[in-house]
Amino acid sequence: MDSRFAFLASFSYLDSAVKAIERLRKEGLREITAYMPYPEHEIEDALGYGQSPVRVWALVGGLCGAAGGLAFTSFTSVDWPLVTGGKPILSIPAYIIIVFEMMVLFGALSTVIGLFINSRLPQIKPLVIYNPEFSAGKYGVYIEVSEAKKEQAKQILIAEDPDQLDEHQLGDGHG
Amino acid sequence: MENDAVNVSRGSLAHPDIKTMAEVNVDVLKPLSKPGKGWWMLLGLCVLGIALLFWSWGIQMVQGIGVTGLTSPVGWGVYITTFVFWVGIAHSGTLISAVLFLFRAPWRQSIYRVAEAMTVFAVMTAGLFPLIHVGRVWHAYWLIPYPNSRFLWPNFRSPLVWDVFAVTTYFTVSAVFFYLGTIPDLAAARDAARGFRKKFYSVICLGWRGTDREWHHLSKAYIFLAALATPLVLSVHSVVSWDFAVGIVPGWHATIFAPYFVAGAIFSGVAMVITLSVLVRKAFGLEAYLTIKHYDAMAKLCLVTSMIVLYAYLSEFFMAWYSGEEVERAAFWQRLFGGYWWATWIMLVCNGFVPIMLWFKRVRHSIAALFTISIFVNIGMWFERYVIIVTSLHHEYEPFAWGMYRPSTVEMGIMVGSFGWFGFWFLLFTRLLPPVAIAELKEVLPRPMKPVADSSFVGTGSPPGGVSNG
Repeated sequence: MDSRFAFLASFSYLDSAVKAIERLRKEGLREITAYMPYPEHEIEDALGYGQSPVRVWALVGGLCGAAGGLAFTSFTSVDWPLVTGGKPILSIPAYIIIVFEMMVLFGALSTVIGLFINSRLPQIKPLVIYNPEFSAGKYGVYIEVSEAKKEQAKQILIAEDPDQLDEHQLGDGHG
Repeated sequence: MENDAVNVSRGSLAHPDIKTMAEVNVDVLKPLSKPGKGWWMLLGLCVLGIALLFWSWGIQMVQGIGVTGLTSPVGWGVYITTFVFWVGIAHSGTLISAVLFLFRAPWRQSIYRVAEAMTVFAVMTAGLFPLIHVGRVWHAYWLIPYPNSRFLWPNFRSPLVWDVFAVTTYFTVSAVFFYLGTIPDLAAARDAARGFRKKFYSVICLGWRGTDREWHHLSKAYIFLAALATPLVLSVHSVVSWDFAVGIVPGWHATIFAPYFVAGAIFSGVAMVITLSVLVRKAFGLEAYLTIKHYDAMAKLCLVTSMIVLYAYLSEFFMAWYSGEEVERAAFWQRLFGGYWWATWIMLVCNGFVPIMLWFKRVRHSIAALFTISIFVNIGMWFERYVIIVTSLHHEYEPFAWGMYRPSTVEMGIMVGSFGWFGFWFLLFTRLLPPVAIAELKEVLPRPMKPVADSSFVGTGSPPGGVSNG
C-alpha cells in the first residue's frame, strides 16, 4: 500500500496562500484544507466553492415552521371551538403572527442544524494538525498527498515562501 | 505594514490605529484575564441587585400579588413597564448585528458583539417580568401550549399569546445568532489561553479550527440567520405594541403603535449600547476599535429614532384633539396635566428634546456628552412606557373607574433588582467572551499582501481580487 503524507504550510500573506492553493489544484492535488482567521472569499473561490446547502435547510425549516404554526393554531381552535371576542373560530389573520414567529424560529434552528452537519461541527478530534496562529492572522494550507506526489506538493508550497512548513506521515492507505 | 497604502480600497480607514491582524487578538482578548478590583465591586453590586430582585419576588410569592400597587383600574404597572423597557433595549442588538449586517454598514463590526450580548441579557431580564406579573409563577407553564387533561389550548387570537411566541422566538434566535458569531472568536481565545481556560474555550468553541469548510458554511448560515432575524426585530416590538393597541383603552388604541414602538425600541437600545460600550471601551482600552466614527454613527441612529418618537408623541396628541373624541381628549389632557404630568414631561424632555443636541457634530464627537445623553434616553424611555401604560389605564371611560396607581416597594425592588440581574450577566460576558468580534473586524482590515518589491506578480494597488492565476 502507498504511504500518505500531509503538509501544513502557514503563510503571512494572503496572495501567497491563494497562489499555493491555485497551483496545487492545477496539478490535480485537491485534498486541500485551508485555514483562515476570517472568511476569506478569495480562498473560497480558489478552492472552487459553490452554493452552501445551508440555504436549503433555512428554506425547508422556515416552510415547515410556517406550515406547522398554521396547522397547530387551526387544529387547536377547531379542537375546542370556543368563540372569543365574537371572532370566527378560524381567525386566520390573527394566526399569521404565530405562523410568522414559527417560520423564523424553525428556519433559524434548522439553519443551525444544517450548518453543524455541513461544517462537521462540533469537531471533537484533538487539534493536532493546526497552528494557533491561524486564528490570529495567518493563512494555512493543508494538503494530503500520496508518496508519488509528495515532492511536487512540497515544491509548490516552498515556492510561495511559507513561514512554516510541517510534514506529517499519515497511516498506510489512509484517505 | 509597509504596504498599507496599497490596500486602502478595503475601507480600512475606519480603524487607522490597528496595524496587524494578530494585534486584534491581543487587544481584544486582553480583558479575558484576571478581573480587577473594580470588576468584583461591580459584580458584588449586581449580586446585591439580584438578591433584592428575588427577595422582593419571594415576598410577592408568599403574600400574593396584593403586595403590589396593582389594582383596579391600573392592572398593569411597573412590571409591564419594565418588561417593555427591557424588550425595547433588546432591539438594537439585533438591529445592529442583523439589519446593519444585511445593509453592509461598515461601522457595525466593532460594536455588534456588545450589542448582541446586551440583547440576549435584556431579553433574559424582560422574560422575568411576565413571570413575575402573572402572580402565581408556578403556573406560568400554562402559557405554553401543551396537550393537557382538559383539552384546553391557548387563545391564539390574543395578543398576549402572540407575545409569548414572539419573545420566546426572539430570545432563541438572538441567542443562537450571538453564539454562532462568537464561535470563531472563542477559538481565538482558546488559542491564546492556557490551563483550565483553554479547556473551557476548547469546549464552547466546538472544536472550531477555521477551515475553509467551516467558514464557508458559517458565513452562509450567518446571512440566513440575519435575514430571518431582521423581520423578527420588527415583529417583536410590533407584537408588544399590539398588547396595548388591540385593547380599546384610550391612549392605546392607535394604529401608529407598531412603528412607534419599534422606533422607540431602537432608540432606547442604541442609547443603551452607547452607555455600555462607553464603559467597556474605557475599562478595556478599546479606543482603537470603538472609534469616534462608531459613536458618531450610533448618535445619528439615536437622533433619527428620537425624531420618529417625538413625531409619534406629537401626532398622538394631535389625533386626540383632532378626533374630537371626548374620552380620547381627556386621556391626553390627563397625560400632560393630570396626576402623572411629571412622568410625561420627563418622557418628552429626555426623549424628544435632549437628543436634539445630537444635531451638533461637537456633541456627537464627545464621548462624555453622548454618555450623558444616553443616560437621559434610558431614563426617558422607561418613563415613556410608564406613561403609555399607567396614564392610559388610570383615566378610561367611566369617571367612577378612574384612579391613581402608586408602585409599592416590592415592585420598585424588583424593577431596580432587574438592573442587577442584567448587569451580572453583562459583567460575566465582559470577562468570558471577546467583547469585540475578532474575525469580523479582520474582514474590514487591509489584507496582508506580499510586499510589492519581492512579489512575483506586478502591479501596485492591485485589488485583493486581482490575484492572477499562477
